[in-house]
Amino acid sequence: MSENYQRTLPVIDDENRAFWHGGADGRLHLMRCQDCGYWLHPPGPVCPECLSDGVTIETVSGEATVEALTVNYKVWGAGMQVPYVIAIVELAEQKGLRLTTNIVGIDPDAVTIGMPVRVVFEQDEDVWLPLFEPRPA
Amino acid sequence: MANSGVVISGIGQSAVGKRLDRTAMGLTVDAVKDALANAGLTRDDIDGVSCYPGARPDMPHFGPIGANQLIDALRLKVNWYSSGLEGGAQLAAIINGYAAIKAGLSRHVLCFRTVKEGSGGASWKDAARARTERSRVWGEYQWQLPFNAISAMQWLAPYAKRHFHLYGTRREHLGAIAVNGRRNALLNPKRMYDKPLSLDDYLAMPFLSSPFCLLDCDAPTDASTVIILSSAEAAADLACAPIHIDSIGSALTTRPSWDQVDTPRMAAFDAGKMLWDRTDYKPGDVDVAQLYDGFSFLTLTWLEALGFCGEGESGAFVEGGARIALEGELPLNTNGGQLSAGRTHGFGFVHEAVTQLRGVGGDRQVKRDVKLAVAAAGGGPMAGCLLLARH
Repeated sequence: MSENYQRTLPVIDDENRAFWHGGADGRLHLMRCQDCGYWLHPPGPVCPECLSDGVTIETVSGEATVEALTVNYKVWGAGMQVPYVIAIVELAEQKGLRLTTNIVGIDPDAVTIGMPVRVVFEQDEDVWLPLFEPRPA
Repeated sequence: MANSGVVISGIGQSAVGKRLDRTAMGLTVDAVKDALANAGLTRDDIDGVSCYPGARPDMPHFGPIGANQLIDALRLKVNWYSSGLEGGAQLAAIINGYAAIKAGLSRHVLCFRTVKEGSGGASWKDAARARTERSRVWGEYQWQLPFNAISAMQWLAPYAKRHFHLYGTRREHLGAIAVNGRRNALLNPKRMYDKPLSLDDYLAMPFLSSPFCLLDCDAPTDASTVIILSSAEAAADLACAPIHIDSIGSALTTRPSWDQVDTPRMAAFDAGKMLWDRTDYKPGDVDVAQLYDGFSFLTLTWLEALGFCGEGESGAFVEGGARIALEGELPLNTNGGQLSAGRTHGFGFVHEAVTQLRGVGGDRQVKRDVKLAVAAAGGGPMAGCLLLARH
């Protein structure tokens, strides 16, 4: 038996730690400007809308909508299970606030653009990967 | 029309193929000699060098040779030189060279792109296949790779799916790009495939990452392509057929990101708008279009971004293939594109545009007086385009 394919995980640093470690409490953590309310992703030291330094970590609802997707069939390494869905989802909190992710808990061919989804975390070493599964609309 | 004062004086290209028995530097020197002869220049005339993406020891097949290595290998003496990956996609090297001439830093800039991908893949893909130790990703790709979104194919396939969803685009429309490229490549001695390709052949291929199959992906190759830029003044003394750079598109007004943008739009729309904002020509004036097909869908994007059709209308525009064929109203990717003539990575489109403008395309030469051509490269957050004119 070959081992399961291992994902390539991120190097954790001061800017991305809350995003990749935050799922330990079951919630998705993103940066938000405390002056204008803008959610920013990827994380950074300043609000790209109003240039305020007052950005801090908050949690989001974890609810999102599938904006675009592909079903991957190519085996990229030994032990990789296919097919799987790669999607760009838009988070409920703000138009244009998006993540690339995997849609899980559903037949890959059944995932559609516009489908309501919610975050579910998969722990891998010290990283909590935010994946998404279907949710009732 | 607009006279930028910068021309393409010479073009050159090495052999193109899989696992060529020639080093990356060998291929590069072949292309340089070809281009110098084509321009009527000697190496002593070259006072600028510009390269995409520069030497990339981390990705030796993708970026085997940089400006420094070429300058040293040929003992060039330059006033200005530059290599880099960030800019107007692969054409950033040509756009930078143009700027250097406009600024008066150089008179003759040698721009080049060398690839050895016909002999091996990008390093992280190699690593994914034959990994013994678990590695981690740093920087911008941390938002894709952990979700096993490993390749540009997987980053762009969702854009194509969304285009399908919004506009009714179908696999047949992607296939029209692949079939057109193959038909043209069969008239080009430098090609990656010898077999004809029908739309049925295309549709029979399984998905790699829906809606893309293998035939939507360009063919990795070993090749070097050189474009020599000259000031129009300096070129006037040469025995070359100068091609004028009429306009450039290098704008980026959308976020430089694969997923924080309103898919299926890409940076191509920014570059395309800038190109037409800086010229009196209109899309309808273009005689041939050489539009990046690293993935078939990118050609559809460029058709829309450059205004050859409306946004969302590219599928219908290419349907059946007659309009984009050599004898059609907008001959497209006349050398076969990267899908069938090899992934010369952007520079091949400029080489072919100049070839068509000079009327020396041989069996694949468009049978009309080709005076205006557009060459475009890039996908996702990278885009650059050139409007080229024969006066």
